[in-house]
Amino acid sequence: MKIAVPVKFVPDLVEELTIAPGGSALDTTWLRLIISEFDDHAVEQAILLKEHVGGQVTVLTIEAEGSDDFLFTAAAKGADQLIKFTGDFSNSNNHALAHVYADLLKLVQPDLILTGVQAHNDLDGPVGPLLAEYLGLPYVGYVAGITVSADHVVVRKEYAGGLIAEMELKLPAVLGIQAAEQPPRYVAYSKIRQVMGTAKIEERAVASLDTGGTVEVSRMFLPEVAERATMLEGAADQIADRLVSIFRELGTL
Amino acid sequence: MNQDIFVVIEHLQRKVLDISFVMLAAARQLANSTGGNVTAVLLGFNAQGLAGNLSADIVLYVDQPALAEFTSDAYQKILAGLIQEQAPRAVLFGHSSIGMDIASGLSAKLSLPMVSSCHSFSDDGKYVSQICGGKIMAEGMLPGPTVLVSMVPGGYKAEQGQSSQAPALTNVPAPALAELRVTLKQYIEPDKSDVDITKEPILVAVGRGIQNKDNIDLANDLATALGAVVCASRPVVDQGWMPTTRLVGKSGKQVKPKIYLALGISGAPEHIEGMGESDTIIAINTDPYAPIFNVAKYGAVLDLLDLAPALTEKVKGAKGG
Amino acid sequence: MEITLSPLTPTIGKTFIKSLYELEDGERIKTCLQCGTCSGVCPFGYIMKFPPGKMIGALRADIFDQVMKSDSVWMCVSCNACSAFCPSNIPITAALMTRAKEELLLAGNIPAELQTALENTQRYGNPLGESPRKRADWILGLQPEVNVLAKTRQPVDVLWFVGDYASYHPRMQSAGKALARILNALGVKFGILGPEEFSDGDTQRLAGERGLFEMMAQKNGQILRRYKFNEIITTDPHAYNALKNEYPALGLSYPVRHYTQFLAERLEQIKPLLKNEMKVKITYHDPCYLGRVNSIFDEPRTLLNVIPGVELVEMSHQRLNSLCCGGGGGGMWLDGFQWEKAHTRLSEWRVREAVAANADILAVACPYEPPRFEDAIKTLQTASHLKIREIAELLAESMGL
Repeated sequence: MKIAVPVKFVPDLVEELTIAPGGSALDTTWLRLIISEFDDHAVEQAILLKEHVGGQVTVLTIEAEGSDDFLFTAAAKGADQLIKFTGDFSNSNNHALAHVYADLLKLVQPDLILTGVQAHNDLDGPVGPLLAEYLGLPYVGYVAGITVSADHVVVRKEYAGGLIAEMELKLPAVLGIQAAEQPPRYVAYSKIRQVMGTAKIEERAVASLDTGGTVEVSRMFLPEVAERATMLEGAADQIADRLVSIFRELGTL
Repeated sequence: MNQDIFVVIEHLQRKVLDISFVMLAAARQLANSTGGNVTAVLLGFNAQGLAGNLSADIVLYVDQPALAEFTSDAYQKILAGLIQEQAPRAVLFGHSSIGMDIASGLSAKLSLPMVSSCHSFSDDGKYVSQICGGKIMAEGMLPGPTVLVSMVPGGYKAEQGQSSQAPALTNVPAPALAELRVTLKQYIEPDKSDVDITKEPILVAVGRGIQNKDNIDLANDLATALGAVVCASRPVVDQGWMPTTRLVGKSGKQVKPKIYLALGISGAPEHIEGMGESDTIIAINTDPYAPIFNVAKYGAVLDLLDLAPALTEKVKGAKGG
Repeated sequence: MEITLSPLTPTIGKTFIKSLYELEDGERIKTCLQCGTCSGVCPFGYIMKFPPGKMIGALRADIFDQVMKSDSVWMCVSCNACSAFCPSNIPITAALMTRAKEELLLAGNIPAELQTALENTQRYGNPLGESPRKRADWILGLQPEVNVLAKTRQPVDVLWFVGDYASYHPRMQSAGKALARILNALGVKFGILGPEEFSDGDTQRLAGERGLFEMMAQKNGQILRRYKFNEIITTDPHAYNALKNEYPALGLSYPVRHYTQFLAERLEQIKPLLKNEMKVKITYHDPCYLGRVNSIFDEPRTLLNVIPGVELVEMSHQRLNSLCCGGGGGGMWLDGFQWEKAHTRLSEWRVREAVAANADILAVACPYEPPRFEDAIKTLQTASHLKIREIAELLAESMGL
């Protein structure tokens, strides 16, 4: 079974995010990028499927800080093919990315495409369904469990409150991964180092991006964050009253 | 070209989901600035009744067996035809397991712009989206002529999108769906016996301040009254007063509930690691310098043993129970 | 926790055993008497399916696979007690336990908490997952300003390797500040690496991540080469151990001491500055990697004894047979895992000993300890009077800093 996993990198929230002087974009001076968490799960799920039913796993990404490390780590986990797109991605958005991936995947013709159900910096919609549409394939997202057959997959789709829907899709298909069947495995650093010597990252140049899907942002700002809690005064009864009205405001009462 | 705002109603197992009402409220605000109607789009099978309390000017209803329960292929195919035909100013989808399966696919299929993670609109018709784990807000003009928007909850209250009067319903004919590539096999209900605190919207957390096992009942009572679940920081679990499945923190679970009520928890980093991302943290502690007050939105310096019973009473009273 | 070895696991067989013999003094494993001392002195030996002695037995019987399938290896806190008391002088911790952990890691078998700590180390240079840019934020407010070498580029006498926990953990930042004030009071010309400092990597090494340790060492080495200093002092016995015993093999050799050694050398200078009397009974916990592994027992005690009013009492486990706090050898990040098995924490055991010794204060010399011991105090009602203090904090208090 041929599985493709397109992944992307997003701002690392461990670092404080600040707004660039123009006021409409993130300041990139100290910005660090990290693999989108759900994409990490997608890679893990792909490796698990390979371990269960056999096949080949291709991981694709665009060049970004840490992308090489991530691809090598994926290889250490069992990925067979590593593809990195190079070019100017400064004005990228998910529509553009989906086009880049689709152009290649039309040739690769995987049976299954797994990608994270969303990424926290998405503003023009998640990549998965865009990619599915450009390839003319069916899509189901919020998947946390996959059973593969020759020509179809059965997935467990998560709804709120713990409800699961079992959906069947004809292959080939695209799935938006919410969680892999086990958390992304650990790879010992010595193994990653070893793989850096043996695995090869295929580079493919992208001449220009179709940035048609760009969402215009006129202003980016940080939501108000109170430094310290608003302290409530009074005896237990008074504070209890105040808390009840807070619960009301929050919509829980 | 019309200025109507469409809202794709989400329903599961014959129940309209809250996000639908939130979107209707948002649509109303947006429609006020565009001058168009709020149109609820309901897809289903013998599901007209679900439109009963939608606050919309009109409901467009498509009836087909394949639409009885949500599947991405069927819903996307029907909506593609409808949106193309009607060309509204905006189509709102939930940023959810339903909306997110189809919204950006439609954006690609119909070459329409899309804005996701939208929290609210401004009075002058701008979108305000929440990205990067809620740490950044992005605002801008809604692209035209038709834009698809996925909405997250929090900007509007569900009640604002509800109506006591059923709106006018129009049946929209649609070609019978065939060769669907996605089918629903079955639903699997959640196991009620096993509480998963990571999925709970309200958590009542107890720490060392609870002092002994018997006092946990105070937290249980409060949780019951609030419709919440009790969780704990490490000292409580270590003592065996609560099972490890309820542990929040570095060595336990990471939770992000809507409300985290921290009772008698000092707020050691190891605990904050497990709950620091909660939407609203309310902390009760006898120590005014407890670090939990640095991450909490609201706090009070008092003994949880005094507050818990008082709050339980007030909450019961508020719920009329 | 059922461990299933993934298809990528190397066989636990002849290659593994051979690799053990190739380690320093590893061949001594062959001379094991099966006396059981190691299992007896191991703090979690009573709970392991395969305590150290039995592990060696299993190794010889070629059934080490069973050891890997059990939870025993991850119950090891790398305290080195087994190695210290073995009559055949087998370096059990270094030659067996650490290697077994390496194999488990290679197979992807690892408790979740430890995985996070290791991934954080790789990505952020510290196991806590904090931004490297904030590594020197703790110096804010100290006067005179602490010399961050990247900014000032001045040569110094002493390079103070601060360490992960003293840099980031809120409880330990106060110990760091105390030491900074003491160094200033003594007129020591020191500097820190600040945001350029990476984790010493020793605890990660003990948890089985040799590769990660080497990467941290390499990165620290690159930074250290830029600056001029005469010696290194560390807050942390683990950093001390790494710099003294492990870094030289990687080509990084510097004179290094733990801060207690450094201060003990300056006793005559310190004595007149200790103006505040502290009439308390203090008991000192020998950290595994300062005491047992590196034989530094006296200097910390000397420092405590010199504080006016202090009465030093000893706990029943002390010096060579000191009880591990459970934090150092990766134990800090095996806490949840070990708690599930043992339902006790070594730190709680130790706190009880401090109480039994009638101590008012449990003094420590390692940044892993205060958070662990303070948590233990929360669960032991008999210990509610006990205070935990880093030696630097006690000295600073007596010096009125």
